[in-house]
Amino acid sequence: MSLQVENLTVYYQTLRGEVHSLEHANFNLGDGEIMGLAGESGCGKTTLGNSLIYLAPPMKFIEGQVALDGEELPVWDIERMNEFRFKKISIIPQYAMNAMNPTRKIGKMISELLQSRKINYKELLSVIKERLDKVKLPHDVLNMYPIELSGGMKQRIVMVLSTLLNPSLLIADEITSALDVSTQKSVAEMIVKFRDCGCMKSVIFITHDVSILYQIADSIMIMYAGQLSEKASKETIIHSPLHPYTKLLISSLPKVGVKHSEKKLTGIPGTPPLLLNPPVGCRFRDRCPLAFEKCLETPPFVEIEQGHFLACWKEGAPYA
Amino acid sequence: MLKLDSVSKIYKIGTFGGKELCAVNNVSFDIKDREVVSLIGESGSGKSTIGKMILRLISVTSGHIFFNGENIASLKNNGLKNYYRKVQGVFQDPFSSYNPIFKADRVFRIIHDEFYPDVSGKDWNIKVEDSLRTVGLNPDIVLNKFPHQLSGGQLQRFLIARALLLDIQFLVADEIISMLDASTRIDVLNLLADLKSRGLSILFITHDLSLSYYISEKAVILYRGNVVEMGATDKIFYQSLHPYTKMLMVSVPRLDMKWQENVEAKIDRTMQPGGCVYYERCSAIEKNELCAKSPPPLVQIAEDHFVACFGYKP
Amino acid sequence: MTARSQKHEMLFFALRNTKLRVGVSILLFFILLTIIGPQLTPYEPNDFVTSGAFPPSSEFWLGTTTFGEDVFTQVVYGLRATFIVGIVGGGLGMLIGLLIGFTAGYWGGIVDETLNMLTNIILVIPTLAVLLIIAAYLKVRGILTESLFIGFTCWPWVARAVRAQTFSLRVRDFVDMARISGMKSYKIIFSEIAPNMMSYLLLVFILQFGGAILTAATLDFIGLGPTNTISLGLMMNMAVLWSALILGSWWWFIPPGLAITAIVGALYITNVGLDEVFNPKLREM
Repeated sequence: MSLQVENLTVYYQTLRGEVHSLEHANFNLGDGEIMGLAGESGCGKTTLGNSLIYLAPPMKFIEGQVALDGEELPVWDIERMNEFRFKKISIIPQYAMNAMNPTRKIGKMISELLQSRKINYKELLSVIKERLDKVKLPHDVLNMYPIELSGGMKQRIVMVLSTLLNPSLLIADEITSALDVSTQKSVAEMIVKFRDCGCMKSVIFITHDVSILYQIADSIMIMYAGQLSEKASKETIIHSPLHPYTKLLISSLPKVGVKHSEKKLTGIPGTPPLLLNPPVGCRFRDRCPLAFEKCLETPPFVEIEQGHFLACWKEGAPYA
Repeated sequence: MLKLDSVSKIYKIGTFGGKELCAVNNVSFDIKDREVVSLIGESGSGKSTIGKMILRLISVTSGHIFFNGENIASLKNNGLKNYYRKVQGVFQDPFSSYNPIFKADRVFRIIHDEFYPDVSGKDWNIKVEDSLRTVGLNPDIVLNKFPHQLSGGQLQRFLIARALLLDIQFLVADEIISMLDASTRIDVLNLLADLKSRGLSILFITHDLSLSYYISEKAVILYRGNVVEMGATDKIFYQSLHPYTKMLMVSVPRLDMKWQENVEAKIDRTMQPGGCVYYERCSAIEKNELCAKSPPPLVQIAEDHFVACFGYKP
Repeated sequence: MTARSQKHEMLFFALRNTKLRVGVSILLFFILLTIIGPQLTPYEPNDFVTSGAFPPSSEFWLGTTTFGEDVFTQVVYGLRATFIVGIVGGGLGMLIGLLIGFTAGYWGGIVDETLNMLTNIILVIPTLAVLLIIAAYLKVRGILTESLFIGFTCWPWVARAVRAQTFSLRVRDFVDMARISGMKSYKIIFSEIAPNMMSYLLLVFILQFGGAILTAATLDFIGLGPTNTISLGLMMNMAVLWSALILGSWWWFIPPGLAITAIVGALYITNVGLDEVFNPKLREM
């Protein structure tokens, strides 16, 4: 088991109160597993990703345990996480490729970054070059400025950089969202390739686009309004999901071959609840066609079959 | 209804405008009554530029755009206002489409002031509420709010309701659902498709092929300002001919098919100016010297199917 | 958060801001003095009320000049000139700057390039040299002539700032939305673009106001000011000309100098305070 998360609860502190953006997250990640994390904007997927590596204010740790390779991660302590960050657990944040310093050459930027972690750039140079070969970038890029590179190239450099020390876990936050379809594909496939050759053990791939996950992930976890809804193999999530939210979400996605004139797709009526003062119980309750009295209690996220986790009173009942 | 005839847009860039950047090159296509045409392209393909040229927000460098037989470049003052009565647009970013310091319903008041100053306030409110219900919004909930108090989906519907207040015949929908969440985007898409039954034609600008397939009868594929393939949606999707279209088809993530290992394009930087725009990235075996020298013309190869590629032999 | 509560919040921070309170209080004091000052004195600024320079006394609050003019009377009338220069000169500069800035920023292209060139030319013209020439031709110069001159030369900074702001606002989708609503260009500028930079424009006006006063004082001091009226700068000019410094008549030049410094300083403090109110990032927590 590469990553074990138990009961992780993280709030956001705002002037108007605490936003309950992640509550009681319980899940495991196997060695070599690429887990896709999907959900609408504001559902807490980025909060989950960030809280595993850099839990800084306004994020506030409430409770929970996280273990990586059997070793407990002090996620609530920014200082102590320093020895894990980048070495054991690494992140590609959203918009990372646009955050490069435009006045630094790529090589200089990497060397400065490594220096801040007290790692010698020269010693790692051979690894860097080998990794650049892997992502099909010429070694010249080290002498280039970010402006000379396309979005896809920048994203690949960020990927090489964040996996240089072969971390156990890589968190990739929306790394394909701003890219064109063709580049999207190659960047996503790079992730699989890196995993296969051991550049990192397992991956949490955060995105709002479920169809990409179907292409590259092993398992998919669906979040809704700060709670985990369902986690299973990608085949199960796409073809036979159980949670009502997953079902409605998958069925609302337009696919090539579906025409409006032939088959009209439907969205999910309603909007997600505000997480400032979230309703008690299952947060999908108001929009759920199956909701009943029991849903006033929060459904636990339990394993109903091998590798299939679900938080729903109704659909989970037959397995209880 | 709307016809683009050899439309080009060239920007002068660099100091003293020494260099030229061709954003749109010689694009021609037409949109018939009650037809939804999707304009598909990646970032920088010039798809939004075309939408803005149709809306007269950007001038055309060469070529003409005709609306019901009238050249829109010649429209002035009242003529232009009349044009906007019939032709409207909705843009990608719902939050940027509203002036942040005013309430969202100001977009309706502007329409009132500009187009229907004679309608009394009371009658106008009834019209606005009707229009809002048509797009599936509850007037009591959404009126009198500031843009940031509404969701992206609500704001986009608001803009569609705004367009419906006019005698609209043609709508330019520029990536209008790309910033919306999965669970709400399909409703906006359905709304757009339903407008067709009200007699509207729509230019649906997108980078998402499955959305285009869902809603449109005709598709135009753009690559760096050039039309590389166009025709009936089914033909484009199932009988793609241009290497770029084919690449798009295999790259788009789908829920019913896994990605295939694709043939890496040999990056060939020997291209001379004047060749096919896709030459550098093209991985077709038919690629030949001709491709490097002259741009392939857009030729009709079947009913409702056009392609611009030397590699294609009928 | 609604705009109403935003306004409330703005007011809350405005009332709490010490810089703003100090700045506005000083300004209000001088404005009040300008209005009621002439009622407090029985003399005219150029009346010879006594013979020679006397230090402040109960009869002449701020003393008298070498010619026996009352300094207090001259200061309150001079303040009026100062505020006129600030409002007319600063206001005119603001107006021209807005016009040019909006036009250049909104239309762009060749219009922008032409106006930009004009702006740069005005910017590099040595104001003083031009004024010397004008002064040579005009025998009688009033406070209004001076204000107009300042107005016509101080606008480039406004134009530049407004142009940059307009540039960034005009590419926003809501401007396109207004255009396809058939709105006329000038209407788009004033009802869509300008309201978004209101707070910024207020700050610019305050700086222009202060700048105009300072320029006027400089011109007056070197003798290029109005010839037919009194102003604070002119008082200092006379004081220096008639060796008040050497004779130790400090009451002749200290009051006008202090008034100018206080007004311009107060304007800048107000400006910084307002900046903090408008820009939440600068607020002292």
